[in-house]
This record gives sequence, structure tokens and C-alpha cells, in this order.
Amino acid sequence: MYDFAYHRPKSVADAVALLKGKEEARPMSGGMTLIPTLKQRLAKPSDVVDLGGVKELAGIKVEGGNVVIGAMTKHGDVATSADVKAHIPALADLAGHIGDPQVRNRGTIGGSVANADPAADYPAAVVALNATVTTNTGKHAADGFFKGLFETALGEGEIITSISFPKPEKAAYMKFPNPASRYAMVGVFVAKTASGVRVAVTGAGPSVFRVKAMEEALSKNFSSDAIKDIKVPATDLNSDIHGSAEYRAHLVGVMARRAVDKANK
Amino acid sequence: MTISVAMTVNGKSVSGKVEARTLLVQFLREHLGMTGTHVGCDTSQCGACVVHVDGQSVKSCTMLAVQAEGAKVTTIEGLAPSADKLHPMQEAFRDNHALQCGFCTPGMVMSAIDMVKRHNYQLDEATVRRELEGNLCRCTGYHNIVKAILAAAPAMKSAGV
Repeated sequence: MYDFAYHRPKSVADAVALLKGKEEARPMSGGMTLIPTLKQRLAKPSDVVDLGGVKELAGIKVEGGNVVIGAMTKHGDVATSADVKAHIPALADLAGHIGDPQVRNRGTIGGSVANADPAADYPAAVVALNATVTTNTGKHAADGFFKGLFETALGEGEIITSISFPKPEKAAYMKFPNPASRYAMVGVFVAKTASGVRVAVTGAGPSVFRVKAMEEALSKNFSSDAIKDIKVPATDLNSDIHGSAEYRAHLVGVMARRAVDKANK
Repeated sequence: MTISVAMTVNGKSVSGKVEARTLLVQFLREHLGMTGTHVGCDTSQCGACVVHVDGQSVKSCTMLAVQAEGAKVTTIEGLAPSADKLHPMQEAFRDNHALQCGFCTPGMVMSAIDMVKRHNYQLDEATVRRELEGNLCRCTGYHNIVKAILAAAPAMKSAGV
């Protein structure tokens, strides 16, 4: 690891001030991706701004029909939260299957969403539940937030403060985890919401994406039978040592059907 | 960048000067000389480096020492109540022959204690196996590790730890 200047601000405002004007400064939430990246010398930040001391960023609350989760809330806390389990059990279930217990004790929702790893779980929930990502400068709708491989709509010095998930009628997440890393080879989050059915896929492509054909079919008939003949093209999907694009395309259909069945249970 | 760091390790206040990039496991092993916490993969997969930070199990190879500023850290060295008495989890590992080469054992024991507490001392085999997903035993000695954890859960409850 290259050395860097370390900062531990107590507020979002201080964190933003520390990041400002330093092109090579990086915010750090749980560090579950950043620290391994630094260890491999894949990044060389001049400054690391640790958000671990910013108390205002952690916590879960229910506001009207939304579950609002602070950016520094850990996966383990989302998985065991009585509020999340009561209002969006699919989200608690997703959080409880990220990485392993030790990773869930450190990794945060804001870090995962800001990092936009193509195989991360949370982006599927953000998109399928039509969540709103709130930052120190404004709000981002889920559609359009994830721009590509490790790329989001976040600007320079912009920090996620919370993510607001509208409560769905029904939802479920199914993933085929990589047996070693537990990252999603393919993960599909299906949600029946007030604004229609949304199907979001992570792990399969460079970034989370929706499957409109499945959404339309499920809007008419919310059952796994309704999507059994819908194929997702393998074009542009990921191919690596763990699986080909064709294999992932097939898994999208399987995971989507299982997610619908789970949501209907 | 050199930074002063202070934390509580196994009930004792410790401090030192570290680089910003110093990992918690390096601070424990190289600065404090507490080599019970192991480094296996160094890529947050194997769990040999698991310690407790403020009561929660974490991989100390994937945490900076400075992130533990002010925290209460417990390592494998801090479990036994005295020189001639082991923690119930350590005792169960010994009774059930839950170690072969022993390299993964400190991390297994630390993860296991956190697991038992999070499940309120009530575990079944499937839960133990799933909860161990962050710890690898290169000897593939999981069977007795699972047995030990199942045996330790009631022992920890009656010992009040």
C-alpha cells in the first residue's frame, strides 16, 4: 500500500471540505473495497477521508412509506434491523447475504452504492425499488444513477448521505453467488411497486440494468410462469473465468423466476 | 504520514505511532508483538486475522490501525480468563479436536464467539456452517470446528460469557 494522508472528520461538511481541491483524495466508508484496492496498489490516493467518525451518516428510520438508510449503515445492521425486516424484508435478506459476517460488520450501503461494483448486490435493490439516493448536494433518482462499470452520477466531492427505499407491495432478491467471494455472478431483484413492476439485474453486465420485457409481462401477471420464455441476450454481458456471458444470460432468467416465486410466498 | 493511535487491546490501553497505511493486524503483530492473530490470505477471504472491534468480529487485515482509534479490540490472546483456564470456545475446540494445523484457529475462535452471541447462544449445524463462510480451514477440518461451536454455545451461556 502506498502511504497517504489520513483524515477522520466528524461531519459531512468537514468531509466535503477535506475532499475539496484535492484531486487524488478519496472518501472511505467501510473500506471493504478501498483497502483491498490500496493493498494491491491499484489506487494511490493522496488523502483518505474516513467517514467512520461521521455519526450523522449512520442509522435507519421509517419516514412515511419509505425506509431511509444512512450511508454509513453497515450491511449487518440493515440485515438485522426490525424496521427493514418489517417493511422491506427483501432488502434485509439481500444485506444478510453480502460477503461474510465480518464484511457485513464493516461494509456500508453508501460505500457499496457509490462504488458501483458490477457484482455488488445493493445496486439491484436501489434500481428495482426505485430508491432515491440523497447526497450532500441533492438527490438522484435510481434510474440514471448507475452509469457503468464503477461509474455513478456522483460528482467530484459529492458524498452519499442516505438512500430512501419506497416500501414495495412485494419484493424479493435472488442471487447466484460466486462460491468464493459471495459476489453475485447474477443477482435479480424483483419488486412490485406502486409505480409498476421493476426487475433489476446485477452481476451479469458492466452495471445494473432493468429487464423491460420481464417488467411488462409481470405487470400483467406477477408469476414466474409469465416470464419463463423471456430470454435476455448475452450480448454485452460479462464473461470471465467464473462464467460465460451465455451462462450469465441463462442465470438471469433462472434467478428472476426464483425471485418472483420468493416474492409470492 | 505518521499518526499516533490509541486503543484498548484485551483490556489494556495501548498506543503507538503508525503510518496511515498500517493495518490493524500489523499494529497488533508488529507493534504490539501479539502474534496470535494470523495473516493467511491478506485479501479478506480466509478469516485467520479475525479480531473483535467493539464487540463485533472484523477482518483485521482489511482495517487500518487508525480506524480502530479509541476502540476496544479483543484478540485471541485476550479470551482466556486466566493462565490455567481457557474460554469455553477454546475449551470446546480442544475437546472436539477442532484444529489440525492450527493456522486458522484464532480466526475461527473469534468468529465463532461473535456468531454464538449474535444468535443468542442458539445455533444449529446449518447456521454454523453458513456463518463460517468468512473463515477458511486449509486442512478442510470443518467438521470438528462445527461440532466445537455447537458444544461451546451452551457452555458460553452457562459461563456467562
